[in-house]
Amino acid sequence: MTGARALLGRELRLAIRSGGGAGLGLAFFLILVLLVPFGVGPSGTVLSAIAPGMLWIGALLACLLSLDRLFQADFEDGTLDILMMSRLPLEALVAIKAIAHWLTTGLPLLIAAPVLGATLHLPDAAQPWLVASLALGTPALSFIGAMGAALTLGIRRGGLLLSLLVLPLYVPTLIFGAATVSAAATGGDPLAALTFLTAITLASIAILPFAAAATLRLQLS
Amino acid sequence: MSIWELANPRRFMALSGRILPGLSWAAGLSIGIALVWGFFFTPDDYQQGSTVKILFIHVPTAFIAINAWLMMLVASLIWLIRRHHVSALAARAAAPVGAVMTVAALMTGAIWGQPMWGTWWEWDPRLTSFLILFIFYLGYIALWQAVEDPDKAADLTSVLCLVGSVFALLSRYAVLFWNQGLHQGASLSIKQEDNVADVFFYPLVLSITGFVLLFVALVLLRTRTEIRLRRVRALMLREAR
Repeated sequence: MTGARALLGRELRLAIRSGGGAGLGLAFFLILVLLVPFGVGPSGTVLSAIAPGMLWIGALLACLLSLDRLFQADFEDGTLDILMMSRLPLEALVAIKAIAHWLTTGLPLLIAAPVLGATLHLPDAAQPWLVASLALGTPALSFIGAMGAALTLGIRRGGLLLSLLVLPLYVPTLIFGAATVSAAATGGDPLAALTFLTAITLASIAILPFAAAATLRLQLS
Repeated sequence: MSIWELANPRRFMALSGRILPGLSWAAGLSIGIALVWGFFFTPDDYQQGSTVKILFIHVPTAFIAINAWLMMLVASLIWLIRRHHVSALAARAAAPVGAVMTVAALMTGAIWGQPMWGTWWEWDPRLTSFLILFIFYLGYIALWQAVEDPDKAADLTSVLCLVGSVFALLSRYAVLFWNQGLHQGASLSIKQEDNVADVFFYPLVLSITGFVLLFVALVLLRTRTEIRLRRVRALMLREAR
């Protein structure tokens, strides 16, 4: 447990200090939301109709941004080999890395999302559901992403390949996440989609660390 | 003979070399007969006119598109569990064939959809799932090409195939939640009354048989190429030393 806590602390410190890029995902999210009205025009009705989808796609892309460094830096300087020799199971290592990734990308988005939602004229009734869907959905993005990052470890220009591999895996999360918000925005029942979203997140957290750890073992064998 | 004997590349080459010509002829003949039969000797549909006849390409390609992925899944599992190289290479060989079949199914669907639904493309669950499947194929092929060490590439693509299968299935049902579709139900199913009419049914079954034979022939051919590429690579490594 101390090992896990130490690793989590290390990941967070690395992300926050020394240009780790913790704020970068958030800035990217902000720019993306700023670009949307330029693309589709400033009309409030159009913006409020596409706001749930745009916010969720923004969250997806912002999450993707820092994924390729998830294992890569530790792989390049040999830290990963040492971490694998520690008593911490590799599955736990993957889970902690994914949690740290979520804390530095998913959580800031969650806090910023209502503000950006307001600028896109998202109805007030949908705001709590936006936050809820991001809170319950974005952990899945980090865990699925960890799987993708493990698969593309050590590949030159792996970032591009990573997006090709990971974005299709994000489809169910995006569907249920955006459906939650748009159901709330149009007066429907958001709970059904939110339940599915939570199920995907829980299953991802339960299963994917094992798949990602197996992949890392194959990568480093 | 046990199927595992084919794990020996030499046995595989010998057997596949022997059956490949016959298989290719059978595939060509069944597809040829089925298409001529389907195009010229079946009546026009009373609602859809002659556009219905694209069915004889659309349904078989869609069938192969899905089952090629299933075959890759089984081959990947065999590689991960029993480490037979031929299995990994067969999975690699099947991917581009599956991808092309997916595109063929999407395009024949679009050509049929333009006069019938009045649109080339509709964000219908089936159509969207196929587009997602196509992207899974692309990612799988790209990962094979990106990893240099062949065994590691086989490992990683196998894991991707397993994880991808789960998510592809999940996406298939998630898109149903997202949009109810235009696409008609299955053309063939176990329940007799859901099937297309008999006059279309027999040429369709023949066409599907032909496409399955074609798929098997193409996969065998491409696996043989992959095995030969491996041998060339091994020879070149030996030369370099």
